[in-house]
Amino acid sequence: MAALNIKKGSTSHSAYDLRDSHSDVERSHTLAVIVENEPGVLARVIGLFSGRGYNIDSLTVAEIDHKGHRSRITIVTRGTEAVIEQIKAQLGRIVPVHEVHDLTVEGAAVERELALFKVAATGEKRVESLRLADIFRANVVDSTLESFVFEITGTSEKIDAFAELMRPLGLVDVARTGVAALARGV
Amino acid sequence: MSRQMTGAEMVVQALKDQGVDTIFGYPGGAVLPIYDAIFQQNDIRHILVRHEQAAVHMAEGYARSTGKPGCVLVTSGPGATNAVTGLTDALMDSIPLVVFSGQVPTFMIGTDGFQEADTVGITRPCTKHNWLVKDPAKLSETIHQAFHVATSGRPGPVLIDLPKDVQFATGPYSGPKQARVDHYQPKMKGDIEAITKLVELMEKAERPVFYTGGGVINSGPGASQLLRELVDATGFPITSTLMGLGAYPASGKSWLGMLGMHGLYEANLAMHGCDLMINLGARFDDRITGRVADFSPHSVKAHVDIDASSINKIITVDLPIIGDIGHVLEDLLKVWKARGRKTHKEGLAKWWATIAEWKKVRCLSYTNSDTVIKPQYALERLEALTKGRDRYITTEVGQHQMWAAQFLGFEAPNRWMTSGGLGTMGYGFPASIGVQVAHPDALVINIAGEASWLMNMQEMGTATQFRTPVKQFILNNERLGMVRQWQDLLHGGRYSQSWSESLPDFVKLAEAFGWKGIVVSDPKELDDAIMEMINYDGPVLFDCLVEKHENCFPMIPSGKPHNDMLLSADAEAFRGGAALV
Repeated sequence: MAALNIKKGSTSHSAYDLRDSHSDVERSHTLAVIVENEPGVLARVIGLFSGRGYNIDSLTVAEIDHKGHRSRITIVTRGTEAVIEQIKAQLGRIVPVHEVHDLTVEGAAVERELALFKVAATGEKRVESLRLADIFRANVVDSTLESFVFEITGTSEKIDAFAELMRPLGLVDVARTGVAALARGV
Repeated sequence: MSRQMTGAEMVVQALKDQGVDTIFGYPGGAVLPIYDAIFQQNDIRHILVRHEQAAVHMAEGYARSTGKPGCVLVTSGPGATNAVTGLTDALMDSIPLVVFSGQVPTFMIGTDGFQEADTVGITRPCTKHNWLVKDPAKLSETIHQAFHVATSGRPGPVLIDLPKDVQFATGPYSGPKQARVDHYQPKMKGDIEAITKLVELMEKAERPVFYTGGGVINSGPGASQLLRELVDATGFPITSTLMGLGAYPASGKSWLGMLGMHGLYEANLAMHGCDLMINLGARFDDRITGRVADFSPHSVKAHVDIDASSINKIITVDLPIIGDIGHVLEDLLKVWKARGRKTHKEGLAKWWATIAEWKKVRCLSYTNSDTVIKPQYALERLEALTKGRDRYITTEVGQHQMWAAQFLGFEAPNRWMTSGGLGTMGYGFPASIGVQVAHPDALVINIAGEASWLMNMQEMGTATQFRTPVKQFILNNERLGMVRQWQDLLHGGRYSQSWSESLPDFVKLAEAFGWKGIVVSDPKELDDAIMEMINYDGPVLFDCLVEKHENCFPMIPSGKPHNDMLLSADAEAFRGGAALV
């Protein structure tokens, strides 16, 4: 009985409803998640993102209140408005999660990232890298005759820009911390 | 005052203090101290299962039929991994469970010890929350917190992993009242402004429908009572998901029957054509919505749910209310009454007239036979012969499950136990034992297909040992009926691996375990056979040989909207016939 007249190779008879892809615009959001600092809490948060197919562009985590057992997880994620709302609701459902803040929509916030860049160069390129580091207010934290390690703090965009400039000058290694963010004012 | 005791003693003491009377489990090396503590007391009954998966399903059956959390005790490694299916099932259907698993001693964790598994890692995505307790001083508080988390807000399964040295170690015991549970306190009361807005919508609605789910059952019997009052006072039609059956009685005048993929024609068309949809504790599951883009296109949608993540997950709603169904219904009734109990009488009358037209389709009709038992007929007879009894129904998963939902009537909540979200074949038999343990004198029937039933048949020994007179009503079509149906409809009738070859002689199997076995194939002998099953004081394996090629209708094929239902094998006859408003 070919009751449904479904063409061969069609996926419309899948057991799952294949949704129209949303035309909504995807946008980057920075979420601050305050959690109980207990074993496995980071795995719960990361597992939620992988299990439900959400993106993580950046993630930082550290204890912020030793006595109160609180850690702060800062996540930069990307999605349509509906997906971001769902991510926040799902995060809020995790038992050791105390608070979820969307810094992108809850008013102005400051975002900073720290990065270390190793640039191996001699001669004019070495001088140029130092000059650019000065413009970007990057500090030299290690030096040999053939290399520098620069430390730079700023928005992710600023760090991206610095990386672009360093690349032709002999960039050999990068370490970035990911975004830390706080709401402005009180 | 805290008393000193061993970790194993704390487990038993905490269970007693939480009012637990039964625990389902299976011993092993890593839980021996707890089994030793169980041996030395008589307050908690231990039901020894034959496989850990079944222990979890039994606890689910116990929990769903009593409203209390179900408790499970398994050993480390394979004991814990065998419990994973049950945990996932309970998570999907929001069933409160507290599962204890043994673990290798703390100093051995991470060394790939004998029967070691990363149980908290494996069960993290299939529990509401889980704990590995390494410090005996934190054990009793953790257990009390576990009960709190399992039963608060949207209920679910939790797991506590207990290394063997923690079970042996001594520490202070504290009672439930001392446990710190302040940070996990889900919001119970709904926003009163939103509730008032819903009342305003209800007053004006011409084609309203209540769409209720398992949340009503989970909220407790009080919520079902309030729902009945509200539905009967407003005269609005009501339909329910598979999970919510029994919250409103099947004999109630506003009852439309179940909705969804195998739901009733009138229920699905009411959902499609309504102008106000009031979702109470349901989650717009894909088996309910069909094609999301065409789901109930002309309605204003209100959604009451205790879990904020259920709101706007699949269907964008106009009026979300976050809170416990019972609390929200109470306020809803109060506000509606205070504003003069208004409804749109003319609109409602027209709406009911439209529904009456849909009911004339008689979507559950089937062609009966004198020579072979139709599965629908078997269930109709079972319903007729067991109605009015103190009856609990569990099911396996497949065609028989859908027919049971269509042909059996549920008059009260907590009487219907079925694996809805996960669709776990092998759920129903152990669940029926769990129900029977909680209700020793009730008539507990598992509606099964032979294929599902075989998945946990080892529990026959458990039923015999604990004298649970469960009735296994197997609609035996020698097929994986639902798989066969999809292959029939969607895969050109190529029945790949969907028949049950080499089935046992069920009567002899029953006798081998000390059960009664009944086999019936003649429709004329069916009633007597069912009565024999009901009247037998002990477990019965009822092998009902039914029509092998029956398909379950109505059916909304996946990816189709509610008004595109198949009512019988002759699909074309109903194309376009379902257009409305």
